[in-house]
Amino acid sequence: MTDNPKDIKSSDRAPKAQRGQVVQKPDGVDAIGAKITVNIDGQDIKVPMGTTILEAARKFGIRIPTLCHHDDLCVAGVCRVCVVEIEGQRALQASCAYPITSPLKIKTHTPQVRRARRHIIDLLLSKHYGECYTCFRNNNCELQSLAKEYGVDFFRFGHPEKPMYEKDNSSYAVVRDMNKCVLCRRCVRTCIDLQEVGVLEAAHRSSDTRIETFLDKPLSDVVCINCGQCINRCPTGALTANDPTDEVWAAIDDPTKHVTIQTAPSPRAGIGECFGLEPGTPMTFEMNTALRRCGFDKVFDTNFTADLTIIEEGTELLLRLYKALVEKDETVALPQFTSCSPGWVKFMEHFYPEMLPNMSSAKSPQQMFGALIKTFYAEQQGIDPSNIVSVALMPCSAKKFECNRPEMTDSGFKDVDYGLTTREMAKMISEAGIHLPDMPKSDFDAPFGTATGSGVIFGATGGVMEAALRSVIELVCGVRAEDLFEHANIIPVRGFEGTRLVELPIENVGPVPDVFKKLVPNWDWLKGATLKVGVCHGTANAKKVLDDIKNGGEFSKCHFIEFMACPGGCLGGGGQPIPTTPEIRAARAEAIYAEDRSYGVRKSHENPVIWELYEKFLTDGPCGHISHKLLHTQYTARGKYI
Amino acid sequence: MSTELTFSQVDPYAGLKAAAGIGRADILATMKTANIRGRGGAGFPVSVKWNLAAAAVGPEKFIVCNADEGEPGTFKDRLVLSEHADLVFDGMTIAAIAAGAQKGILYLRGEYVYMLNDLETVLARRREDGMLGQNSAGRIGFDFDVEIRLGSGAYVCGEETALIESLEGHRGEPRNRPPFPVDTGYLGRPTVVNNVETLAWAACILARGAEWFNRIGTEQSAGPKLLSISGDCENPGVYEFPLGVSITEVLKVVGAEDAKAVQIGGASGQCVPAGNFERKIAFEDVATGGSIIVFGPGRDMLDVARNFMEFFVDESCGQCTPCREGNEKLLEGIEMLAAGTCSMKYLRELCSLGKTMQVASKCGLGQSSPNAFLSIVEHFPDEILGRAEGTVA
Ligand SMILES: Cc1cc2nc3c(=O)[nH]c(=O)nc-3n(C[C@H](O)[C@H](O)[C@H](O)COP(=O)(O)O)c2cc1C
Ligand code: SF4
Ligand code: SF4
Ligand code: SF4
Ligand code: SF4
Ligand code: FES
Repeated sequence: MTDNPKDIKSSDRAPKAQRGQVVQKPDGVDAIGAKITVNIDGQDIKVPMGTTILEAARKFGIRIPTLCHHDDLCVAGVCRVCVVEIEGQRALQASCAYPITSPLKIKTHTPQVRRARRHIIDLLLSKHYGECYTCFRNNNCELQSLAKEYGVDFFRFGHPEKPMYEKDNSSYAVVRDMNKCVLCRRCVRTCIDLQEVGVLEAAHRSSDTRIETFLDKPLSDVVCINCGQCINRCPTGALTANDPTDEVWAAIDDPTKHVTIQTAPSPRAGIGECFGLEPGTPMTFEMNTALRRCGFDKVFDTNFTADLTIIEEGTELLLRLYKALVEKDETVALPQFTSCSPGWVKFMEHFYPEMLPNMSSAKSPQQMFGALIKTFYAEQQGIDPSNIVSVALMPCSAKKFECNRPEMTDSGFKDVDYGLTTREMAKMISEAGIHLPDMPKSDFDAPFGTATGSGVIFGATGGVMEAALRSVIELVCGVRAEDLFEHANIIPVRGFEGTRLVELPIENVGPVPDVFKKLVPNWDWLKGATLKVGVCHGTANAKKVLDDIKNGGEFSKCHFIEFMACPGGCLGGGGQPIPTTPEIRAARAEAIYAEDRSYGVRKSHENPVIWELYEKFLTDGPCGHISHKLLHTQYTARGKYI
Repeated sequence: MSTELTFSQVDPYAGLKAAAGIGRADILATMKTANIRGRGGAGFPVSVKWNLAAAAVGPEKFIVCNADEGEPGTFKDRLVLSEHADLVFDGMTIAAIAAGAQKGILYLRGEYVYMLNDLETVLARRREDGMLGQNSAGRIGFDFDVEIRLGSGAYVCGEETALIESLEGHRGEPRNRPPFPVDTGYLGRPTVVNNVETLAWAACILARGAEWFNRIGTEQSAGPKLLSISGDCENPGVYEFPLGVSITEVLKVVGAEDAKAVQIGGASGQCVPAGNFERKIAFEDVATGGSIIVFGPGRDMLDVARNFMEFFVDESCGQCTPCREGNEKLLEGIEMLAAGTCSMKYLRELCSLGKTMQVASKCGLGQSSPNAFLSIVEHFPDEILGRAEGTVA
């Protein structure tokens, strides 16, 4: 993950025990030609100074096994699986942690190295209680693969016969089974470095070392934001999502239940990976068929409520701006923050409760959908809402927590009954005997099957902002987004930099569309203004932006900022297929933007069904009374309390 | 009981004043001629370390005196600090001139907190005498001062990078090396970490001259060395010997001529049986940071091995796999041997594991924790192998 080069200072709210152990690369070594020739397994290789042995070996297709190393994280060098022999050095060296600064002669699989690796794997297995058959990570587990690769044929140093620790099932999002933990500390580094939340830490010493929460409390009782990023980076089954598939199957099997599923854009871009496809292979329409065959009664597109979110959140923004700029109301909180990422919402509630007024009150697309299914849809279809089971397929583990928030019952029922991750859905599909790539294609069901390209790109960081800008340009400026940006692709908000700032001068304004006439008399007050927006993903970056706002920096001048808890946005969510790397996330993003391009209608406000909904059901318009009751929410200032 | 130490004969401030007069380049040259190697255990040449730190670029640099003295059987740094603290501070200040450092930190073992007041008094006096603070030792623009920080009882915090982590307020866990502290140390700045005794010798060398030091000892192990001697001997205590002294000579002086074995270098050192007592205490032969533990004829070597392994099972930081899990397996093996349930095959497996730990562990703790076990198995086959399963009569 790259950060904004403008090095915005962040506060230090997270513990730092494992931070700072980054292999430092001298600046500009390529420029001054500081390359070093190393010899790996007899091959001479030229690499820039500071490259680790592991990177150098990988570049030349030499495989060195790893366990604690992860491309997204700082170096730990703790598992020692990646050790290699360096000529002239007595001890072996961890290749992931050894920066090359002088010519070295390296051997990657001498007898000594192989013996060490085998011993290390045997030692890990001697403390690993778990049965692969019953493990969510069966066939997708780095420990299992290592054991296979190094030919583990018996447990040299024994194997536990019964569990040593109790499973922590307390969180709606993450289940921790420390019996399977290999102490690689990837979760710790994820939580502290990548997310700067700092819920997990190595506690105790020596063979008593364990990964623990503060005072070893259950995960539900600490400041975990449920982002699930730790799950995605755990090499084993020690961390998994809280899996409700049994309940979902039970609902499907119950003939009295009408089971709907809404599917978010990111799972389609990722689920193929669970079936052996290359990252970035979209499975949207195959998945629709598969879900019907699994027994879901209706398959809806969450993108529909993504479009609705744009209208509601956009209206809210325009109202805030109007109050601040025209009515000179100084109590209006700006910039407005997006609120569709539930990990981000909980992050705010815990760490920046004083800034909650900046949060848009609009619910996330998942929860808007839930509220509509058990009201509008139930009414329209004549189904008793108590018989509807509303399932959401999400790339996210925080969505599981979100749908269980006590306030998410505005329909009079639990608005969304179950949140499934991409991984769990893949499991259900397999269980139904389906090989997803073989499925014929089919479309979503009416009435919530119509969406726009804008809804799709919600899956990538910058997507919400791009969708919002497309609509604002057209609704306010009265010009086509295509007139300002080629094919309405607002490239400046895209990309993977940790934080981005974009300015959009509003040179001209158009007439106020009918739906907004009740809210503002005209747009003249926006003429000549420059709309400033920000984009940010990963809560470590969010912290930088928030602190920058507090310090009166660049981001404090923004009007609207998109925040996503997960690096890469939803496509890198805590419910997505494992593994995750920058390359995999980029491939998923490409799939999402390709789907956007394939849509005839690419702007949220052009979704005809949205306006039908306002006409028939949310009759007092965007941010009106009904929409406020069903589509908006409020937040809890949690601070350090739960 | 102790022999008369050189430290008692060198005047406080003498070495520092000499150093202040000659400056950085000459100090480095003197250390090189003296050929002094670190007294903390690893025996890294002092001039090389100081040179690297002097060459390193950083907005500030630090001198850290490692007074964590946690190796079982070592207590010589305690004596140096309580009786010759001035030499240690002289040494730190000399190192600071050589490396271009502005700040010194004495990392004091938690259990030595009782010395804190006295050490602070020494520091206060040194400030009054102009040896610390603005223009220290009369060098214009050289503003060096020393702060004392307390450890919290973890043996591994004596390892220099774990010590630095601890100074920064983190879990005491060794870092990956490279980068080394001389480059990226405390707060990411170039940092020299030296043992208490090393620094005191540096002060003596500046006071008495490099040739004096170099003449003592062997070619590769110059100078005198303090040894903390304990265990089954008549006169335990801190002794000064020239490096290169044979174990036999040492045992004669402390009254332990009937010893069956000695553990040299503490728990992480090696166990030398009586048959090898002609070996020399020197970096090129049997190296030690200063700990010598004598085992009399009545000792059960399996108990000895158990005692050391228990120590490591307690003290491993738990970061890396070979040490975290390996120590426990070795200790389990010892218990099995004691119970007569360890097969020869498994014993061989454990020895092989020990060899892996020596090369694959992240820091010196795990790299040396199997030493005692391996050397006892090697040298006392009757006591150990006789207990393997199937061999018990
Ligand atoms: C586990 C472990 C414990 C150590 N404990 C100490 C100690 O207590 N005192 C010490 O001076 N060096 C100790 N060392 C050695 C230091 O890492 C470092 O090499 C030494 O302080 C350097 O000083 P010197 O070059 O003056 O010997 C320890 C090393 C290891 C691996
Ligand atoms: S974590 Fe991996 S090795 Fe362990 S039970 Fe699960 S699949 Fe098997
Ligand atoms: S879910 Fe996120 S916040 Fe919670 S422990 Fe994992 S990484 Fe940390
Ligand atoms: S829970 Fe998973 S990621 Fe965390 S240390 Fe254990 S094995 Fe590694
Ligand atoms: S060798 Fe032992 S003490 Fe050293 S880092 Fe590894 S676990 Fe920690
Ligand atoms: S992968 Fe290098 S030490 Fe773990």
